[in-house]
Amino acid sequence: MSEPIAPPGKKNPQRRTDVPQTPPQQRSRAALGLAAAAAEGRFMLQVCGDCGAVQYPPRDACSRCLSINLQWQDVSPGGRLVAETRVRATTDLYFRKQMPVRVGTVKLDVGPSVICHVHGDVGDGADVRMAIKLDRAGQGVMMALPVKETPFMEDDPRLREMSCTPRHRRVLVTDARNPNAPAIVSALAAAGAEKIFVGLSEDWRPNRHNDDIMAVPGVEMLPLDVTDSKSVEELAAELGGKTDILVNNARYVRPGGLMARNDTVFAQNEMDVNYLGLMRLAQAFGPAMCARTADGTNAAVAWVNILSAYAISNSPDYGCFSASNAAALSLSQNMRADFRTSGLRVLNVFVGPTDDDWHQELPPPKVPANTLARSLVQGLVDGLEDVYCGDVAKDMIERFRASPKIQEREMTGFRS
Amino acid sequence: MSRTRLGYEGVAIVSPATIPYQRFSIETAHWWIARALKESLDQAGLGPAEIDGFAVSSFTLFPDTAVGLTQHLGLCPRWLDHIPMGGASGIVALRRAARAVQAGDADIVACVAGDTNHIDSFRNLLSSFSRFSQDAAYPYGFGGPNANFALLMDRYMKDYGATREDFGRICVAQRQNALRNPNALMKKPLTLQQYLDARPISDPIALFDCVMPCAGSEAFLVMTVEEAQRRDLPFAVIAGTIERHNAYADDPVQFRGGWAMDIDELYHMADCAPSDIDLLQTYDDYPVISMMQFEDLGFCDKGEGSRFVQDRDLTIEGDFPHNTSGGQLSAGQAGAAGGYIGLVEAIRQVTAAAGPTQVPDASRAMVSGFGVINYDRGVCSGAAIIEGAKA
Repeated sequence: MSEPIAPPGKKNPQRRTDVPQTPPQQRSRAALGLAAAAAEGRFMLQVCGDCGAVQYPPRDACSRCLSINLQWQDVSPGGRLVAETRVRATTDLYFRKQMPVRVGTVKLDVGPSVICHVHGDVGDGADVRMAIKLDRAGQGVMMALPVKETPFMEDDPRLREMSCTPRHRRVLVTDARNPNAPAIVSALAAAGAEKIFVGLSEDWRPNRHNDDIMAVPGVEMLPLDVTDSKSVEELAAELGGKTDILVNNARYVRPGGLMARNDTVFAQNEMDVNYLGLMRLAQAFGPAMCARTADGTNAAVAWVNILSAYAISNSPDYGCFSASNAAALSLSQNMRADFRTSGLRVLNVFVGPTDDDWHQELPPPKVPANTLARSLVQGLVDGLEDVYCGDVAKDMIERFRASPKIQEREMTGFRS
Repeated sequence: MSRTRLGYEGVAIVSPATIPYQRFSIETAHWWIARALKESLDQAGLGPAEIDGFAVSSFTLFPDTAVGLTQHLGLCPRWLDHIPMGGASGIVALRRAARAVQAGDADIVACVAGDTNHIDSFRNLLSSFSRFSQDAAYPYGFGGPNANFALLMDRYMKDYGATREDFGRICVAQRQNALRNPNALMKKPLTLQQYLDARPISDPIALFDCVMPCAGSEAFLVMTVEEAQRRDLPFAVIAGTIERHNAYADDPVQFRGGWAMDIDELYHMADCAPSDIDLLQTYDDYPVISMMQFEDLGFCDKGEGSRFVQDRDLTIEGDFPHNTSGGQLSAGQAGAAGGYIGLVEAIRQVTAAAGPTQVPDASRAMVSGFGVINYDRGVCSGAAIIEGAKA
């Protein structure tokens, strides 16, 4: 078993906060396939389309037959630890603070040998289950895990570096009025979040979710209106330095496409919450969170956006809402670039129509709030960058990957 | 089996030059290479205009290559080579140069390796070493070569029961040799206990398993035997030599090098047996690699390396003189010059010019090279048997 991590004590205000560092960032283009696999928690390697040889490290031509037809495919993650070391000296500034780092060579069942991080519960020479994880550089790295779950497994220091788990962390959920707020707050608490702040806009108005939210232990409700820069800045001044995970669940949604409306009022509201709201939050909370990514057990780790799956390709029934989410998706990529050097992860949870008042006219499948909350928290625990929650979101990304143009033609072809 | 190779008759190796190493240097690789080249040419009584072949190895020459050096140093060769093979560079340069001289493509080839070592240049060198290292080794603790060799040493110890004491014997003997070499960076004796008690670096590798990066340069000249005799230069000849790259790629962890594929042919070419070798210079980036060479070069069976070092005395006066100048482990690791240190010392040995490190009556030496941890193992290997010329 792993040594359970103790809850962090009070921070010593006289000590300098550790400066954020990341592991080596540089990769070849081929190796970025590992980051793409890790972003979704898949174990993928290049497989030769001509001779079937599995390749590692990633490369540009098959090392058996010289074919350039190398495809990233899901492969079996089984293997055996054949050699190991504990690295105790390094010139790298990130790893210097992590010493010793357990590193091993795993012979994969599918062929190649890989140098990898090794979980502390993997025995000498044992069989392992490999995973590709995003490290703090946002790059995909190999990690050998025990074949079966072990007690307190997620508290292994190396695995925790790859994870954005809420355990022992303080989370801000931005919108108490969203019907998904109680489920998200409960799921975060169940995952071990130490403190959950929840933002409430226009707190003089009643909110039917307040009782459910306040019933969860460790919750504190604070005023926050993402459409009001001053409100966002005030909360960031108070909470920015102790927000370890920010979950932006603020959303404005109204049915209707471009021609169903004859003004821009709803569209402005959608942009103001879904796009500019995210921008206000990022500008106010981003710098403080990025400065605290090396701050011990409860360092800042992740930013979560809940995006419509129609950010990927426009759904005309919710055409203007889709557009605002496409803008938010694009902005989230900008956030990733700006947060990269700090190691703060941006997790996008794509979700299809949710089971709430504003999606009444749609047929199932619709995503219940509990399902969304579970996917979101699991995405944090697994350290992912992209989660596709529910059948519609999975369908959307699959069609997008097959052909963005065919998807667009399908989405815009038959208006019911 | 492929065709029989031609021999290396008629080729002479002369003028072994070593510029004393420095832990850190404010100078450049160009400066270090120029000094070794001049030292070697001075020994032969030659000027720079008289060489028509030039082979260079260096890690810190960027953005220049051998090409830039011709203009920088005022050379006009009709044969030019840049050999980026790290610890195998010396053997490979010798092989290339010997064929050029035999074929008449060049008359006199200068082979030079040198590197500088600035504060922080080792870290910079590591971070841009190879694509596979960048993609698949450094993100795992960034232990550099120490971590790579720790992995294969761990496997070797488990498979063959070798202990840290066994590896320590190699290091201790080399330190004894180094104490006779006034240019060695390590000046203090090393005991087996000190070796065992040293600070761990990347288990099972500890401090004295590691080389010390430094600045330095090495050189020698290759010419015809007639030319060497005409100039009255002491010279060595090549009895046989091999090279091999990316051997045994399917071994999950490296436990043998490319030598094992070609070693029989090497002894056949040289018409001798391991027992006929008077001294051995292995590539000693880590003692486990030297032990692997004892096996792969035929001095003992695979897995018998630890028994071998228990039974034999590896010092200059011992029954198996090994890395007589102290090797990289005790003299220092001067970048690509580390691929030359054993060869240049062996040339001195078989021409009776080794001075304080001279092995009595040394006439036949084996030198091996091992280079470039491209990902998880050394990719290049080579070896040569050289003999002192009979007058």
